[in-house]
Amino acid sequence: MSGFDIAAALVKVLLVFGVTMLTIMLMTLAERRVSAFMQYRLGPNRVGFGGLLQPLADGLKFLLKEDIIPTQANRPIYLLAPVIVMVPALMTMAVIPFGAPLQIGEHLVPLQVADLNIGVLYILALTSVGVYGLVLAGWGSGSKYPLLGGLRASAQLISYELAMGLSIIGVVMLTGGLTFGEIIAYQQETGWNIWKQPLAALIFLIAIFAETNRLPFDLTEAEQELVGGYHTEYSSLKFAMFYLSEYANMITASAFMVSLFFGGWDVPFVDELAMGGWGVALSVLAFVVKVGFFLFLYIWVRWTFPRFRYDQLMRLGWKVLLPLALVNVVLTGFWLVWRAGA
Amino acid sequence: MYSDFAPIPVFAVLSVVLIGVALFLQRILAPAEKTALKLSVYECGEEVEGPAWIQFNIRFYVIALIFLIFDVEVVLLFPWAVVFKDLGWVAFIEMLIFLGILTVGLVAVWSRRDLDWVKMKVPYGQGRYAKLRGSAE
Repeated sequence: MSGFDIAAALVKVLLVFGVTMLTIMLMTLAERRVSAFMQYRLGPNRVGFGGLLQPLADGLKFLLKEDIIPTQANRPIYLLAPVIVMVPALMTMAVIPFGAPLQIGEHLVPLQVADLNIGVLYILALTSVGVYGLVLAGWGSGSKYPLLGGLRASAQLISYELAMGLSIIGVVMLTGGLTFGEIIAYQQETGWNIWKQPLAALIFLIAIFAETNRLPFDLTEAEQELVGGYHTEYSSLKFAMFYLSEYANMITASAFMVSLFFGGWDVPFVDELAMGGWGVALSVLAFVVKVGFFLFLYIWVRWTFPRFRYDQLMRLGWKVLLPLALVNVVLTGFWLVWRAGA
Repeated sequence: MYSDFAPIPVFAVLSVVLIGVALFLQRILAPAEKTALKLSVYECGEEVEGPAWIQFNIRFYVIALIFLIFDVEVVLLFPWAVVFKDLGWVAFIEMLIFLGILTVGLVAVWSRRDLDWVKMKVPYGQGRYAKLRGSAE
């Protein structure tokens, strides 16, 4: 590794980390503003231009609130849980490519923090670690509502993780690799995966809504029944950590979806690699627009569908999505070997 | 090859530092006036009744067991999917047998009604529900 590589890597780490934090902050604002527009009201628009500084004000407020650890709580577990949720949520963005490779002098810099040879598995593994945080938060709070919320969260997340993993397998079979570089290069050559794996894309989309605990799958919180679910006993900064990691997970899930099924930074019918600096700018813009659309979709769906009942949730996960995902794997396999033989 | 992983620990350290700094700032800035009532857990404003670690439904445990089996299946499928294009028919049929055995398991669990969250043993309108049907008509 030359000095240039190390410097480029550091710049990329700081850039991705900073942009992720900024996007989380903007999402907390966008969530409230878009929700407000959908309900024909204004939402927070006083702090800064159009409410742009509202997330900063919220952050400051979280900092200045008293930190309360209930006497009934299991102290080490109670303190550890939000950290276990937040750290993996922030780390997942490291493997997502966000633009075409940039040519600086004689160096070709890929716009991706780390192109791991197990990129897809890396995200799956880290998002699974987050489940521990939710369960421990529910268990360690020493209160009944969080315990029930934590149990529900664990059952829901593991149920939909199966369907999510199986839907990715179809894409991996087409690509023949687990790195995001390969997956996006494959989509540039032969068209986006959404055209070849529409069923997998649909299953994956439903599963990421369940994995991020968003409506219509927010049974882990279900304010009307469980107060706040697993984070009922959390206040001030520790609550903020759960809150922020939910948005971090939404951003990662959207970027994951875009990379797997919607070509990542690819713009159809355009050769970004031949266009130099403008091509890179165009590819980054395309990536931002695509991820932005899925983030908007999260809020849109929230105000469109009511929450599932728990038995409906389990039925959809185990009796619909899991068999469909298995069928998709078999169909993809059959199509591939049949085409290779013909 | 392992140098690809170098930025990952940097990410982890950055996240932990961010959390640490925020918690430290809170310790300095936030007020700390604890009272016994403030430190009690929330139970809709009532006095807290009994310990929180209550018995929970065994179904959560069953779901976790079923998940374990199928998750191992997914783990086995990933390496197979990576090299699938090079192996052709033989690998496809092998995996069909593997998936078939697991599908038998899924069917078994399904028919045992372990996937049903609501386990109503008595059909509506019969047994202890007979009165209900009478009143509906």
